Amino acid sequence: MRIIKAETIHDAVVDLVLTAARYLPDDVKQAIADARENESSESAREVLGQLLENADLAAESGLPLCQDTGVGVFFVEMGDQVHVEGNLPEIINKAMVEGYEKGLLRKSLCHPLTRVNTRDNSPAVVHVDIVPGDKIKIKHMAKGGGSENMSRCTMLTPAQGWEGIKDFVIRRMAEAGPNPCPPTVIGVGIGGTFDLAPALAKKALFRPLSEPNPDPELAAMEEELLAEINKLGIGPMGLGGNTTSLGVKIEMRPCHIASLPLAVNVQCHSSRIKEVEI
Amino acid sequence: MATYELTAPLKDEDVKQLKAGDVVKLTGTIYTARDAAHKRLCDMLDNGEELPFELEGAVIYYVGPSPAPEGRPIGSAGPTTSYRMDTYAPRLHSLGVKATIGKGKRNADVCKAMEEHTGVYFGATGGAGALLSQCIDEAEVIAFDDLGPEAIRKLTVTNFPLLVVNDSHGNEQYAKPNYEF
Ligand code: SF4
Repeated sequence: MRIIKAETIHDAVVDLVLTAARYLPDDVKQAIADARENESSESAREVLGQLLENADLAAESGLPLCQDTGVGVFFVEMGDQVHVEGNLPEIINKAMVEGYEKGLLRKSLCHPLTRVNTRDNSPAVVHVDIVPGDKIKIKHMAKGGGSENMSRCTMLTPAQGWEGIKDFVIRRMAEAGPNPCPPTVIGVGIGGTFDLAPALAKKALFRPLSEPNPDPELAAMEEELLAEINKLGIGPMGLGGNTTSLGVKIEMRPCHIASLPLAVNVQCHSSRIKEVEI
Repeated sequence: MATYELTAPLKDEDVKQLKAGDVVKLTGTIYTARDAAHKRLCDMLDNGEELPFELEGAVIYYVGPSPAPEGRPIGSAGPTTSYRMDTYAPRLHSLGVKATIGKGKRNADVCKAMEEHTGVYFGATGGAGALLSQCIDEAEVIAFDDLGPEAIRKLTVTNFPLLVVNDSHGNEQYAKPNYEF
């Protein structure tokens, strides 16, 4: 058993939180720059140019990329040969709170009904998977509300199949229009159960834009969906153009013979993701 | 498509000339308010209380900024999605608000209110909060301090870059998706 101190995890998570909020991942920046080259519309080029400028300014100044620094979401892959000294979700939550305070990040969580702010961005959303090995991988996403609000989940019938999945995803993005700050990244969770499909959709968003699905069939489906979404012509910030989404990422699991669970998790261009392996 | 330099608070003439797709550089005083602040403002109106700022000519910016670093008036400050304020916007337009700033679509009631009361909806670039904050010279919390990021702030802005999304003549700039609903 490899023993990892709470402090080691804590420091790594504070760093993840600070870095994710300020630095746009290179693959996202590259995708935005490429999209700008491919746009003929003046407004699309202008918006994408502003996003690149914003990313540079955030990196230089330490200001968060977006004022909505989101919910602190964490996916942990915990090696079965690892023992953490302390309660892992608690360590992560405490470190997230410290990071949000230290980085002057916005505290965006509140009581669902009274809407009273929790004041420290807690609680973090922590998913833990046990995997073989003696390492621990922590993936962090700062998830903004505007794009999260445009996400949807449904239970299709088996007969609806791939056509039904496509219809649901395209329709959702057509309805969402300019709201989720396009160009977006779309996470699609197919299968599992009612609760698992959205978690798969969110997990899918962690795969870098430059990495297609390792399964060639799913990779082809991702490409097909992306092409269809971009045909909508919504464009950057909804002002028209070829770039409505930068990528589609699918995660799939077997499901019940009676069901076809489907979830669409919408991510905005400010895809703030960062991971660390300890 | 024209470019205008306007000063807030706005007058009817300022708004009337604007067409969807025009660019506006806004200078002057504007007020921040989002979900919770709108609810409180409307509760105050219901109770006949005096509001924390003058609605006549006002520009309301839908934003909840991040905390200000040392030496800056405000942190990142880009727009939030506007449809959540659609419930409140027609009433505020009828009481003199001239413009709102946000991102994303407005509903038919808001568009109708803007036609009736000469209002305009400006879009700012969502997710460009660090960049947009550079156009904000001063920020002061004037109400609902307990709401934290959702408190009402009085902002002084210079050449804040905006696009006319919905004008007061019923036009909209957003691209219609190629999709049969
Ligand atoms: S949708 Fe994303 S980029 Fe847009 S305001 Fe929300 S967090 Fe920021």
